[in-house]
Amino acid sequence: MEYLKKYPKLFQWLFLLIVFFALCFAIDVPETYKFIRGQAEFVKDPNQSVYFFLGKEVRYYAFDVFWRLPPLLGWLPIWINDSLFFLMNEWMPMEFWNEDTQEFKTRPLLLEISRNLTSFMTFLIELIREILLGGLETIVAFTSWDFIDAYPWLELPGLPWTIVAAGAAILSYKLSGKGLALFAGLTMIYISIFGQWKPSMQTLSFILVAAPLSFIFGLGLGIAAYKSKRVEKALYPILLVMQTMPQYAVLVPALVLFGVGDHAAVIITMVVAVPPMILLTILGLRAIPPEVIEAGRMSGCTNWQLMFKVLIPTARRDILIGVNQVIMVCFSMAVISAFIGAKGLGFNLLLALNQLNIGLALEAGLCISLIAILLDKMSLAWANKQTDYFGNLTFFQRNKNVIFFAASFVIGIILAYIGTFIFKGSFNYLFEIPHNKGISTADFWNKGVDWIFDTFFVYIKAFNTWLIQDVLQPMRALYLRMPAVATLVLAVGAGYLIGGIRSALVVAALTLFIALSPWWDRALVTLYMATFGVVISCLIGFTVGTLCFQNKKSAAFMLGVCDIFQTFPSFVYLIPVMMLFGITDTSVLIAVIVYATIPATRYTIEGLRSVPVGLHEAATMSGVNKLQRLTKIEFPLAFPHMMLGINQTIVFALFMVIIGAFIGTEDLGQYILKALSDKNGAGIGLTLGICVAFIGLIFDNLIRTWVEKRKKHLGIA
Amino acid sequence: MLEESNGNVDAKTFQEKGCIVGVNNASFEVAKGEMLVVMGLSGSGKSTLLRCISRLTDATGGKIFIEGQDLLELNNKELIELRRNKMGMVFQSFALLPHKTVVENIAFPLQIKGTNTEESINRAMEMVKLVGLDGRENYFPRELSGGQQQRVGIARSLAVEPDIWFLDEPFSALDPLIRKEMQDEFLRLQEKLQKTIMFITHDFDEALKLADRIAIMKDGIIEQLDTPANIVLNPATEYVRKFTEEVPREKVLVIEDVMDTSNNDNLGDLKVSKDEIIENVAEKILTQEKIVAVVDSENNIVGSIKPSKIIDTVFGGRKNGS
Repeated sequence: MEYLKKYPKLFQWLFLLIVFFALCFAIDVPETYKFIRGQAEFVKDPNQSVYFFLGKEVRYYAFDVFWRLPPLLGWLPIWINDSLFFLMNEWMPMEFWNEDTQEFKTRPLLLEISRNLTSFMTFLIELIREILLGGLETIVAFTSWDFIDAYPWLELPGLPWTIVAAGAAILSYKLSGKGLALFAGLTMIYISIFGQWKPSMQTLSFILVAAPLSFIFGLGLGIAAYKSKRVEKALYPILLVMQTMPQYAVLVPALVLFGVGDHAAVIITMVVAVPPMILLTILGLRAIPPEVIEAGRMSGCTNWQLMFKVLIPTARRDILIGVNQVIMVCFSMAVISAFIGAKGLGFNLLLALNQLNIGLALEAGLCISLIAILLDKMSLAWANKQTDYFGNLTFFQRNKNVIFFAASFVIGIILAYIGTFIFKGSFNYLFEIPHNKGISTADFWNKGVDWIFDTFFVYIKAFNTWLIQDVLQPMRALYLRMPAVATLVLAVGAGYLIGGIRSALVVAALTLFIALSPWWDRALVTLYMATFGVVISCLIGFTVGTLCFQNKKSAAFMLGVCDIFQTFPSFVYLIPVMMLFGITDTSVLIAVIVYATIPATRYTIEGLRSVPVGLHEAATMSGVNKLQRLTKIEFPLAFPHMMLGINQTIVFALFMVIIGAFIGTEDLGQYILKALSDKNGAGIGLTLGICVAFIGLIFDNLIRTWVEKRKKHLGIA
Repeated sequence: MLEESNGNVDAKTFQEKGCIVGVNNASFEVAKGEMLVVMGLSGSGKSTLLRCISRLTDATGGKIFIEGQDLLELNNKELIELRRNKMGMVFQSFALLPHKTVVENIAFPLQIKGTNTEESINRAMEMVKLVGLDGRENYFPRELSGGQQQRVGIARSLAVEPDIWFLDEPFSALDPLIRKEMQDEFLRLQEKLQKTIMFITHDFDEALKLADRIAIMKDGIIEQLDTPANIVLNPATEYVRKFTEEVPREKVLVIEDVMDTSNNDNLGDLKVSKDEIIENVAEKILTQEKIVAVVDSENNIVGSIKPSKIIDTVFGGRKNGS
């Protein structure tokens, strides 16, 4: 009884667990229950039950409601699908002028909007692509095919790679200094020599369109949300869901609305990249000291002047960090959107992975990672760069970068011209090195993979079998054994114990949505894979983080490593694991672990760092040793921040599990992948995406609430 | 010149309705060229009062007049016009724009107004000289010390040559030594410029040193508004008295406040001006055996003071209250 009074929370948790397990044992597995008979699949089977909702027929296998809830939301994907088709093909037909046939034509409004948007995006992408690579579609867009036939010299020649490389180096030098300039130059030369120039520039042009557009929209919406509470309230839930929604899932609706191609990829990238930009814009504007705003007002600024001359320049750093985030999202989408036909490195990477050509995949992956790191470092350098005073510099000093670029432009063209004489009849290597003429190390890597397989096959196989048979399958069975009602009770109970009624209600709503969707079983499998990944990632991350923290240099080094790893597009992680473990669940799990360890490590180091110096000194003066200091002072204080790390780890793990479906797992991701090739997939893809987002949000809600309370309790909020 | 009239509403009726009163029942006038210091502890409503007058916060009731024009009836455009030409404000945390140099910061209000670049920079350079930052005009705020930053803030607020100058605890964020230096600098500037000033502070010593008149605020209400000497000699309320208790009188009072105005023939040779602060002449007076004559600026004798009165003021006065 005394213990009960001393640790009331502990007993509440114990009670919750007892109820949970009691429910688990009380509710038997129905005899007819088998996994993989997808609740989601609408094959006609005499054992299925049927219900109608709003005229939609939903078929499902009925169980005891304690075991699995009936998919009452089964109509949702069908309904979303039908609505989309209705909007696209029937809603609001209007008369539109058709340029080609010179007459009015009746078309649904949305279809026309989508067409116009498509042609606008295509034009933008082609414009930049042709500046970098050459081509004639931009000129044609302004004139006509006949015109280009008459004046064939108007075709854009494209920039020689030497000029792009020099430009990248000069820009890096201006932003950061010699180190980055060297890196930029070497990256460009590497890309060129290894024959990846064309796909790289295709990817780059895609990013050069998607990133600025996302920036403009994100900034605009961020400002709107800053100015009006109502806009912010409307945006907030969308932002929250978009943060945890796997990027895969948004591809499918985009497919329906905009079709296949680079333009659809750009639009969908904007949908994913705008939310972080909005968040950082709001954050930056909120952080401006009120007195600066008052100073602006007292100087007699109009609202417009206040926004663009005072607020945005003052919040410059946060806004540029937003730009950095946008660029990173664009890179990860550059690969994923290859599924809907974006050209470039991503497409090559997917193709190579599909053909199990690890060597080629590695080359493409390396290229995209290098460009990602380069742009990441450049945008960060831009964010941290302080403006310098340049009034008293000479003309040359002020414009030296422009002059250098002009000079290298001329030299590049001359070199390319000379090249036409040197490489007569063959390819002009000083202009552009074609894809198959560069140096390729693919064979070397492929042989390496073969060698690894030949040499270590027995061990890898044994490890694989052990992991799958003795660890993963029992774990999966356990997760699937959880009755829906028991899981609900556990989630809601945890919500109540952590955050009171409010949290309990939120968690209950999110869980119910998943339970009532047709994919509860799949969600459980997703959860089991994510849990496995998160547990191991956190173990590794906490250990590595704590060890690295013991020394300032190693901590800084580790954070740098985390930065670099984080810039890799998520798909790249699949390459090395497939190299070692082939196409198995083990590969996916290892990719999950590697990917999710990044935030776990980072947040551990940052959390330990944030312990105030005063406390360190106080501890040292009371004579603690290193271990005591760690366990008694640093861990308790850093723990809330580390919990936020776990939160991130969960989101990362979920993302990777979903992407892992590409290798072939049987979680929610598999269905999202299926939906991509299904003409009625839009609704399914979106609903699945929301399910995954909700799994993330359940944990997000619980962890955040707990951290806030804990921080308040410790007085470090 | 500044006139604020407010319906007399009891603070308690507000509180019963669940409102927090920022400023209530604060009616006063400030004459042209006068420096009014508003003094109060944090939360007393002094900053709110200032923001009501500059309309950074919109007052819910009452009237504010500038040169006979009601500020609350101005529309947005007129208000911006007024701020561009007649008002300047200095902030506690300096509130400089981090992306602009010293001279650009100072030229900012001019450029907002639409002055061309060359003219605004020239004017800003004059201001740089005025506040003694020559040679640092191309520095960024992040490269300056707190005192220097506040000089930039002062220069910026003066760049448009405003008639009314608001200072919101301008020296509170500075170290004591720098603060004293800035106060002296501020007095020098005011002597030159003769602006109409509203100066907010929570430091009573600062208020005494700078003010023509002091308004002491508590819970949004002005407890007393008077000259420094009167506040020290005749605190209107218990609250004001607490503040004045520890104040060294010799630093605040001038001879005129304590002199004897009745005719006295038995005067010594020493003459002191009636406007001298006691502290500055105390030593001279105390070495005299005779009664000292007090003269005005035209050297006419207007009163007298006994050395014992000085001793009384410095050491004895506190216990008696006045």
